[in-house]
Amino acid sequence: MTGARLAIDGLHKVYGHGPEAVTAIDEVSLEVATGELLCVVGPSGCGKTTLLRCVAGLLAPTSGATRLDGEVVVAPPPGMALVFQDYSRSLLPWMTVHANVVLPLQAGRLPRAERDRVAAEALAAVGLADQGHRHPWQLSAGMQQRVAIARALAYRPDVLLLDEPFASVDAQARADLQDLLLEVWERHGLTVLFVTHDIDEAVYLGDRVVVLTASPTRVKEVVDIDLPRPRDQIETHARPGFAALRNRIFASVRTEAAHRRPAP
Amino acid sequence: MSPRLPRLAPRVGRAALGLVLPVALVGLWWWTSSNSTTYLFPPLSEVVESLRDDWLGDRLGSDVGPSLRRFGIGFGLAAVVGIGAGTVIGLTPWLRRASLPVVELVRSIPAPLLFPIALVLFGIGDGSKVALIVLGAVWPVLLNTIDGVRGVDPQVLDVARSFRLDARTRIGRVVLPAASPMIAAGLRIGLSVALLLTVVSEMRGGTNGLGFRIRADQRSFDTASSYAGVIVIGLVGLAVNLVFVAVERRVMRWHRGARGLLDLDGGVGTAAGART
Repeated sequence: MTGARLAIDGLHKVYGHGPEAVTAIDEVSLEVATGELLCVVGPSGCGKTTLLRCVAGLLAPTSGATRLDGEVVVAPPPGMALVFQDYSRSLLPWMTVHANVVLPLQAGRLPRAERDRVAAEALAAVGLADQGHRHPWQLSAGMQQRVAIARALAYRPDVLLLDEPFASVDAQARADLQDLLLEVWERHGLTVLFVTHDIDEAVYLGDRVVVLTASPTRVKEVVDIDLPRPRDQIETHARPGFAALRNRIFASVRTEAAHRRPAP
Repeated sequence: MSPRLPRLAPRVGRAALGLVLPVALVGLWWWTSSNSTTYLFPPLSEVVESLRDDWLGDRLGSDVGPSLRRFGIGFGLAAVVGIGAGTVIGLTPWLRRASLPVVELVRSIPAPLLFPIALVLFGIGDGSKVALIVLGAVWPVLLNTIDGVRGVDPQVLDVARSFRLDARTRIGRVVLPAASPMIAAGLRIGLSVALLLTVVSEMRGGTNGLGFRIRADQRSFDTASSYAGVIVIGLVGLAVNLVFVAVERRVMRWHRGARGLLDLDGGVGTAAGART
C-alpha cells in the first residue's frame, strides 16, 4: 500500500521469561493508510491495549516493529498523540483544563501566547471553550474525555491513537464524542487507529475494521466498511448495510471469545 | 442525643466543642494548683504571670525568635533536601537499592545521639543545631517523597512520555504534583520532629532559645517560668501546625476535589469540612 503512514509489521509480544512467559500478541501485521480511520476490535482480554502501547512506542515489542512514515518506532514519535481509555487517570487533576491542554506544548518551545491560543482553539474544537479555568474533576465523564481529545489535538498530531476512549461514558455522550471524533478527523486529515470493544462504534466510525483473535493475538480478518460518509447517528445506523456488517463482525468476535483458551 | 448534636449546632458549635476540653483542663490545673506550696507544682497563676511578663516580654525576642529561626531554617532545609534527594532516589531504581539500607540504618538512630558529630562538623553555634534538626526531620520527608514518586500512576507517566515532555516538565509538572499528597504527609511528620529537635538541640548547648531558657529555669528552680516555656512550645507547635494545614488545604484543594470531597456547588462544603 503506497499511502501507508503507519505500518505494523510482524509485531510479537511476550511478557516474562522462560516457563512463566505469556504470549500476549502472537503476530499482528497491519497498515493504516494516510488519512484512514482504522478500527480494531476483538474479544475482551485479547491484547488490544498491549498492541496500542507497542504502536505508540510506550512498550517495546519482543519482535517485529511499527513504522511511522517508514521510521521504526522505538519511543513515542513526534506527531503521534494518544487518547487513553481512563480519562480520570490520564488528565492531571492538579491542573486546570487549560493547563492540561497546554501541557503537551511545553516541549514544543512555542511562545506562551501562541500556546494559549492553540489550547483555546483545541478546547473550542471540542465545545469546551468556556471550561478552561475549571479542573477536570469538576466536569462530567463525557466532558473530561473531550478535554483528553482537545489535549491530543493541541499536540497537532498527524496520527491519533485511541484506546477504548469512550468506554466509560454514557450512551448519549458516547454518540456525541463519536461525531466529534469524525469531525476533527475530517477537518485535520488525521490518520486514526481506534481500538474499541464496541462493534457498533467500530462500524460507525471506521473505513475498515480489524478483528483480532483471542490471545495470543493475531489478525483474524479485516472488514471494509463501505458505508457512505458523512456518517450520521440515525441514518447510518438505520442502513441495512450497517446491520449486516455489525452482525458479521459480532459473530466473528463471538466465535473468538468462545474459543478463548484458558491461560496455562 | 449526642449523635444529633453536630447537625443541630453547625460550624460554630463544632468549633466550640474543640474548646471544651482545653478550657476544662486549664480549669482543673488552676484549681488543683491554686494552694500548692511545693516548688515542683507552682500555682498556675504564677505560670501565667511568667508567661505574660517574661515569655511574651523580653524572651519573645531573645529566645522565642531565635528558636523559630532555627526551626524554620532546619525544617526548610529538611524539606528541600528530602524532596530533592527523594525525587532523585525515587526515580532511579539502582540508586534506591544502593541507598535504602543506609537510609534505614541512619534514620533509626535517635537524632539527638548524633549531636556530638554535628558539633564537631558545624561548631557550637546555630550550625550544629540546624544540622541536628535537618538530620531528624529529613527522613519522613525523604522516605515519603521516594514512595510518592515511585507510586505515580503508570498511566500518568505514559501521558508524559507519549507527549514527549522534557525531564524538567515531566518532573516538575507531573511527577512531583502526583506525589505531593505523600510528600505533604511526610512534611507534616517532619514538622513535629523539627520542633522537638529545635528544643533538644538548645538544651544541649547554646546561649538562647526556648530549650536553653527552660533548662536554665529548671536549674535555678524557677519552675513557674519553665512551665510557662513549655506552654510556649505547645502554642508554637499548635500555630505551626495550623499554618501548615491551612497551606496544605489550599495547595491540595485539587486532591480533595479529585476524590470527591469538595462540595463543588458551594465552595468548601459540609461533607469536606466534616471529613478533613
